[in-house]
Amino acid sequence: MTYAIQAESLEKRFGETQALAGVSLTAQPGTVLGVLGPNGAGKTTMTRILATLIEPTGGTAEVGGFDVVKEAHKVRQLIGLTGQYAGVDEMLTGTENLILIGRLLGLSRKAARTRAAELLERFQLTEAAERAAKTYSGGMRRRLDLAASLVGRPQILFLDEPTTGLDPRSRGGLWDIVRGLTDDGVTVLLTTQYLEEADQLADDIIVIDHGRVIAHGTSDMLKAQVGGQVLEVRPVKESDGDTAARIVGELAEAVPEVRDGLISAPIGDPELMPAVVRRLDDAGVAVGELSLRKSSLDEVFFALTGHHTDDIDAEAGEPARSTDKAQSTDKEGASA
Amino acid sequence: MTTAAFAPQDLSKRVAPATALRNTVTLAWRNLVQIKHNPMELLDLSIQPIMFVLLFAYVFGPAMEGSVEAYLPIVIPGIIAQNALFAGMSTGFGLNTDITKGVFDRFRSLPIARSAPLAGRIIADTVKQAWSMTVLLLVGIAIGFRVETNVLALLTAFALLLAFAILFSWTSVYIAMKVNEPEKVQIFGFVVIFPLSFLSTAFIKSTHGIPGPVAYIMDNSPVTHLVEALRGLLVGGPVLEHAWISLAWGMGISLVFAPLSLRAFKQRA
Repeated sequence: MTYAIQAESLEKRFGETQALAGVSLTAQPGTVLGVLGPNGAGKTTMTRILATLIEPTGGTAEVGGFDVVKEAHKVRQLIGLTGQYAGVDEMLTGTENLILIGRLLGLSRKAARTRAAELLERFQLTEAAERAAKTYSGGMRRRLDLAASLVGRPQILFLDEPTTGLDPRSRGGLWDIVRGLTDDGVTVLLTTQYLEEADQLADDIIVIDHGRVIAHGTSDMLKAQVGGQVLEVRPVKESDGDTAARIVGELAEAVPEVRDGLISAPIGDPELMPAVVRRLDDAGVAVGELSLRKSSLDEVFFALTGHHTDDIDAEAGEPARSTDKAQSTDKEGASA
Repeated sequence: MTTAAFAPQDLSKRVAPATALRNTVTLAWRNLVQIKHNPMELLDLSIQPIMFVLLFAYVFGPAMEGSVEAYLPIVIPGIIAQNALFAGMSTGFGLNTDITKGVFDRFRSLPIARSAPLAGRIIADTVKQAWSMTVLLLVGIAIGFRVETNVLALLTAFALLLAFAILFSWTSVYIAMKVNEPEKVQIFGFVVIFPLSFLSTAFIKSTHGIPGPVAYIMDNSPVTHLVEALRGLLVGGPVLEHAWISLAWGMGISLVFAPLSLRAFKQRA
């Protein structure tokens, strides 16, 4: 047994909608597998199958070497799950939430209390320990939720969009926690809509769209494929647009995209920047805006699929939304 | 690579019955400990019944039976039954809250008995039901109601009411599986339970004088049978036939709605 998580052609159908159309993946023990994709791609459906919450309509999956359908009870003894919504009881205090999980996992009253205090300390929730979870901020709730999924010291952890809706500071804090987990040898499957998050945390990334894996590799491999950064140029005069686009295209060796007068192209080498400036200057193009930024998920998608993430939503319309009945938290995700 | 990490481990194959029982008790504790943090809930469980008893007794009593005292033996068992139906909706409300908030997913990802989250909630709700019935009886007694039978009959009344409430609460479980917001469980419950409890003899002595078809519905309502059995057990009168018919209704309702709920849950997940 080499893989902590292994899925083979997973399919899931909800009535008319095909939420997963054959997803295969593997995760090595002690690594973070990032699953990157827009809303409605099937990330949550996949996580729910692997965490034994729903059964696939096709394909197989093993977690910790056990079949997620036939040996679900064994799988549950190895995993922890943090869903999109913080799965904590808002009426209970932080301590009570963790004691509850400890007791359900068969710990004695005393052991459950000790474990709860330990985790609250680790996630900087000790001060809020005796307050009802409903008084917690978004970031605190996520931390409590993560703590709850760690009570049983899982070997494999599923994190479904753990930072969606969090402010940048809380997000950074959560990232540190995830890094700490893999140091302890935990295998993590993390779904996210943020390229940066996958880039920061994942050893391996799969990109999924419409229930299919459309790319697979390390962060560097994906970036090389799509260009690590994006060059944006806006000429002062609109009439210079074509000239500028031609120059950017030649240097970036890619077809630049023009939207509302803003020319953008993925580039692999940031050193190109001075050359671009020189060539534009030589051509007499006055530049109003010039910037270099990291590729967004949207650009990864554009590079991989030839369409934008918002096009995906528009194209698929209703079905895409109902695909994710299970992901009813999308509302929250979209506003993030 | 640490291949040893996932060598076959000493894991249990299934949940042992003793573990299932412990899981259920733990989850019942969880639902009851909430009251500690939200004492309003206890008030909520008590105020509506108290209000109903007082309003019905003092406003309708004299008109219905000539005096408050004469109306109490009729209306107290009626309100106990009606209150149990309304309180049954809280099972669905809580379940839907757990599902929409993700708490249910957390429980189901744990190696616990599959039945424990629902069973734990039902047990906790049954404790709350018993509390409400006690409050109702005490308020009734304070304004002149008397239990005319014996302790055994009184305990049987509790048992019958709780059994019926558990069986009937499957309707609210089913609604909880079908709707996407807890509030909708309440609305739906109100729309169904309000007419259901009034189309019975919960607040009247008999259906005498009520137009034929309406009287027919009222005479054969499961609520009527439950109320009549409770009256028999609390103030005297025929019990057995009414008790069996009301329990048969309860069984029928749960036999229909339990499988429907499970199916709806699978579709929803």
